[in-house]
Amino acid sequence: MAKNILILGGGTGGSIVANILARSLSPQEATITVITASPQHIYQPYQLYIPFGYQDPRKIARSERSLLHRRVALVVDPVEALDIKNQTVVCRSHKSYPYDYLVIATGSTVDEQQIPGFKEGADHFYTPEAAFVLYEKLQNFNGGTIVVGIGGLPYKCPVAPIEFTFMLEEFLTKKAIRQQSEIIYTFPLNDVFNIKTAADYIKADFDKRNIKTELFFNLSEIHPEKKIAESIEGTELSYDLLVMTPPHKGATFLRGHEIADADGWVQTDRHSLKVAQLENVWSLGDTTNLPISKAGSTAHFQAPVIAKQICAAIRKETVDPEKVKYNGHVACFIESGYGKATMLDFDYEHPPQPPPPTEFIHFQKLALNKFYWYLIPKALI
Amino acid sequence: MEGIKITKEVDARGSFCPGPLMEMIRLIRSAQVGDVVAVISADEGTKKDLPAWIKKAKHELIAEEPVEGGATRFICRKLH
Repeated sequence: MAKNILILGGGTGGSIVANILARSLSPQEATITVITASPQHIYQPYQLYIPFGYQDPRKIARSERSLLHRRVALVVDPVEALDIKNQTVVCRSHKSYPYDYLVIATGSTVDEQQIPGFKEGADHFYTPEAAFVLYEKLQNFNGGTIVVGIGGLPYKCPVAPIEFTFMLEEFLTKKAIRQQSEIIYTFPLNDVFNIKTAADYIKADFDKRNIKTELFFNLSEIHPEKKIAESIEGTELSYDLLVMTPPHKGATFLRGHEIADADGWVQTDRHSLKVAQLENVWSLGDTTNLPISKAGSTAHFQAPVIAKQICAAIRKETVDPEKVKYNGHVACFIESGYGKATMLDFDYEHPPQPPPPTEFIHFQKLALNKFYWYLIPKALI
Repeated sequence: MEGIKITKEVDARGSFCPGPLMEMIRLIRSAQVGDVVAVISADEGTKKDLPAWIKKAKHELIAEEPVEGGATRFICRKLH
């Protein structure tokens, strides 16, 4: 009898796992279902470009159905509960879905409520709507202090605030208001980034472009009426425009769940990606509690590891855990502004050694943006 | 530490920087003024960053106690 595979989440990770499985397993071996909250699949890296007018927010999503293999069933119904003991998922419609194998790829969501004053006082680019609001503010910005930073760890796409800062500096320069503007980049740790090799390069570039930094800045409250951002370290920063990455959390049904922590990050083995030592549940991408980048790239490299384990389990084949394991591989572009980009490519054992920014790497990033739809979710590369 | 009651402690061994530092920040965020909290870590980067953060945040680093296996218990009092 065909086994029932449920994949929760129709983002990059969930789509890749579903498509690999659909191509690898016969209908007699498995039925594959993706359950997702939205019929649309957003290419989130495009959100970075919206505030500067480089990308139309209406053109960054496609139908999730169009990205899935015809053998993958798609259910658009937000998950409300997961019963590990009875191997069942319950959705908002009250329908329940049993599973033999489960992949949790529900990702992360922004939680502006965590910081008092955030919604009223801060802007960001972590949703298409928020990015468009920021676009309008930047269009009307005529000089002053812009504070950029991170409202809480962990957050999606760790290099995005750095890319935004580089692109902002270029934007202000081209608008001829850089002289009248100050950019202050804040970070919760004692450096500009949490990977030392990358931090050294970023800090050098910030210095070159006169971008100031405020380190050990853990945002505690925003006072929109006074235009002040305050940290738990007691630092107060005045701003004219505040661009803060909002705090992130896992899916609502996972917050406080037996397999996750209070914020909804799922306990995941760093190599097998199995959840909470269960033999039939895996997690990938932003969803996990792993101390690695929450990024589509992470999910891209994790997905085949999970698909291979599921195929082997269904066929009752033995898997050599040394051969089928995730090694922490992540590859992220960093837009540096002025038509150039660099790249962070690393794994658990090898920290990144970013090359100097070049136009060629920038074109690679642009090419990925264009070809994402045809290659990544469909698991062709 | 005799006479000092640790309100909450997190064992962050096995997690690397910024994990232990973020655990301390989380503890301080949720603690009451005057509470004593502790984080145990064996990470080298944390040995430098955690006391530096406590100093910057103007709390009190009461002690850095050695723990079995080469780890350190960082004990901190929330001052404000």
